[in-house]
Amino acid sequence: MAHGPQPGLKRWLYTTNHKDIGSMYLWFSFAMFLLGGCMALVIRAELFEPGLQIVQPEFFNQMTTMHGLIMVFGAVMPAFVGLANWMLPMMIGAPDMALPRMNNWSFWILPFAFAMLASTLFMEGGAPNFGWTFYAPLSTEYAPPSVTFFIFAIHIMGASSIMGAINIIATILNMRAPGMTLMKMPLFVWTWLITAYLLIAVMPVLAGVVTMMLMDIHFGTSFFSAAGGGDPVLFQHVFWFFGHPEVYIMILPAFGIISAIIPTFARKPLFGYSSMVYATAAIAFLSFIVWAHHMFTVGMPIAGELFFMYATMLIAVPTGVKIFNWVSTMFRGSMTFETPMLFAIAFIILFAIGGFSGLMLAIAPADFQYHDTYFVVAHFHYVLVPGAIFSITAGVYYWLPKWTGNMYSEVMGKVHFWLAFIGLNVTFFPMHFVGLAGMPRRIPDYALQFADFNQISSIGAFLFGAAQIVFLFNVVRTVMGGKKASDEVWDNPEGLEWTVPSPAPYHTFSTPPVIR
Amino acid sequence: MASESSYYVPEQSKLPIFATLGLFMIAFGAANWITGGSSYIFFTGALTMSAVLWFWFAAVIKENMAGLNSAQLKRSYVWGMGWFIFSEVMFFAAFFGALYYIRNFTVPWLGGEGDRGISNMLWEGFESSWPLYVTPDAAVHGETAKVMGPKDVIDPWHLPLWNTMILLTSSITVHFAHVFLKKNQRKNFNILLALTVALGGMFIFLQAKEYYEAYQHLGLTLESGIYGTTFFMLTGFHGAHVTLGTIMLLIMLLRSVIANHFKPDDHFGFEAASWYWHFVDVVWVGLFIFVYVLGA
Repeated sequence: MAHGPQPGLKRWLYTTNHKDIGSMYLWFSFAMFLLGGCMALVIRAELFEPGLQIVQPEFFNQMTTMHGLIMVFGAVMPAFVGLANWMLPMMIGAPDMALPRMNNWSFWILPFAFAMLASTLFMEGGAPNFGWTFYAPLSTEYAPPSVTFFIFAIHIMGASSIMGAINIIATILNMRAPGMTLMKMPLFVWTWLITAYLLIAVMPVLAGVVTMMLMDIHFGTSFFSAAGGGDPVLFQHVFWFFGHPEVYIMILPAFGIISAIIPTFARKPLFGYSSMVYATAAIAFLSFIVWAHHMFTVGMPIAGELFFMYATMLIAVPTGVKIFNWVSTMFRGSMTFETPMLFAIAFIILFAIGGFSGLMLAIAPADFQYHDTYFVVAHFHYVLVPGAIFSITAGVYYWLPKWTGNMYSEVMGKVHFWLAFIGLNVTFFPMHFVGLAGMPRRIPDYALQFADFNQISSIGAFLFGAAQIVFLFNVVRTVMGGKKASDEVWDNPEGLEWTVPSPAPYHTFSTPPVIR
Repeated sequence: MASESSYYVPEQSKLPIFATLGLFMIAFGAANWITGGSSYIFFTGALTMSAVLWFWFAAVIKENMAGLNSAQLKRSYVWGMGWFIFSEVMFFAAFFGALYYIRNFTVPWLGGEGDRGISNMLWEGFESSWPLYVTPDAAVHGETAKVMGPKDVIDPWHLPLWNTMILLTSSITVHFAHVFLKKNQRKNFNILLALTVALGGMFIFLQAKEYYEAYQHLGLTLESGIYGTTFFMLTGFHGAHVTLGTIMLLIMLLRSVIANHFKPDDHFGFEAASWYWHFVDVVWVGLFIFVYVLGA
């Protein structure tokens, strides 16, 4: 069992090791995060002042589209899969992922898929310009020729996600060490089990909807064309049947990470473990029956509006359970505020703000006012940036000493945190105001009265971008060396991953560990 | 749950990176081909992918025969196949859902019925019906319309009924093939499996005949409005899956007859293919009811 990795590039191309693959996922996702971030900065630079200064509207549309696609499919999802690869086998006492060769395949598809997607920027007619939700007929009848490449890129990304999810489910259900019963699993494992189920359920639906687009564009079908008896609204239904569970795919693993970090730094066991599990399952179930709250203004029967409104509001209940449990975990704990904890606490507060604005958007009659304004942009950036991105960052800081054997710089970590925290609030909070005042999203120009808040947003965006350079520098420095971390790293943390040496050996467990 | 005392740790493998190259060339090549480029990249990719699959399955079979696969790893393959089939179910669900939405909401609304009947203002003269012989386009523009409906649709009680019986029978034959395999009656296993493959081939032939009829005599094509769209997309994807399932079962048959693979207690390759076969059978029952019988 002593065989280590091969030297050089072959190690990464042929690897079947969950840690290698996890690292590749994480680095890839960070690269995409920077690429998508640069596109966001193009958007913010253009919106710094009213009028058109830097880019043409056509290119602006490509930026909003590609920014969304790259962040969702390239940054957030692969980052969580990377963390799953690194941590799941260690957390459940397994030697590796259940299907290691398929694991390699799942990862390597991604760089190719995104190269294909990014190459559309250089094609005739430019990149996809119809928004990351690619509504028909904008994405069919009126799409640039590159849409076909976009469709096939989505297809292979989906294949990668489905294989990754199958691997994760098989690992969790089949590879747990003896004694690791389901209700003893760390919450990160639980949330990923449920996330993987969501992925397998909805990625094929995404494949279905892009297939319908492809057929409508090239093979004369009428899915989204009323002339033949089809319906563009059908696109939105199928898309959001994928899209809403997709939103939870990007947040459930975050709940798992936060549920690992809060108890460690509050020095108390997690409050309400089993209610956390049930709340996660409840959120996953509800995610399948709320999709049309994205389409309140499209023209639905009133019964539909009401059903989707009330079903959406129900989600606040299990989410509230989670927030309550995290706060209760901290209550009267011996808290310290290392970098992962700072990000975790910021997650709870800011994600709650995003949740509240979500509740506002769920009210169908009010949504007619908010729909397609910057209020929506503010809402989903509050759940995705301090939600998904902060939890990933928190997880990286939390587990980096275990991965590398070195402690990161706490000072730089804190600088990163405060820059990011201030930057994101300065960026996204004013968007609530301009949104309520009626500024539409995805438009490169705006009325003069929105200028002040837009300038503030743009300054915040560049600050948030700068913070990520500190992050990159801190991580690279920790990988290269630094103060040695102990095996436990933190003060008596819970979980099997802290029982193995730091850095974790290439093959963590060669025999099943004993579960207390 | 794991009960083994020590773990199997896999070695490095060259297979997945070539699988990635193959899949990428298929995707990029298909996009290139459809948008007017050459088809070389696509076919190179398809060839690469086929070769990779060949070597990949060969490696898995070899490992299993050499006794390298623990009971735990075998369970992982079982979980993997099960969840793969579930993902296929969801893929079909998207198209069944589209059919449901079109029939129950879109077409009536376009025809002026129900909550959103106001849409009819844009297509005056269009009446809701299913099968949709007259598309909204044809209702407004008559002979000059771009999207015309079909002249007629497939009668469920002829070819489709035969196909239903064929597929249901094949599900039974593949089940009893499995029973015989478990009893180690190899000859019966081979016969029933061969029968299943033959029934699969027969189904594909009849389905091709049905498509020919539709295109030649009924004016029912992919381009004949939403009826043709849903009809051909649902039955087409199902047909593709039957073809794949038949190939899978054929390979299992060849493995059994030529290489004498499979043991009474160790034959997951066959079992996975038979699960897949039952799955395409169930989808067909859905198609027969919702597309053919209720659609005619």
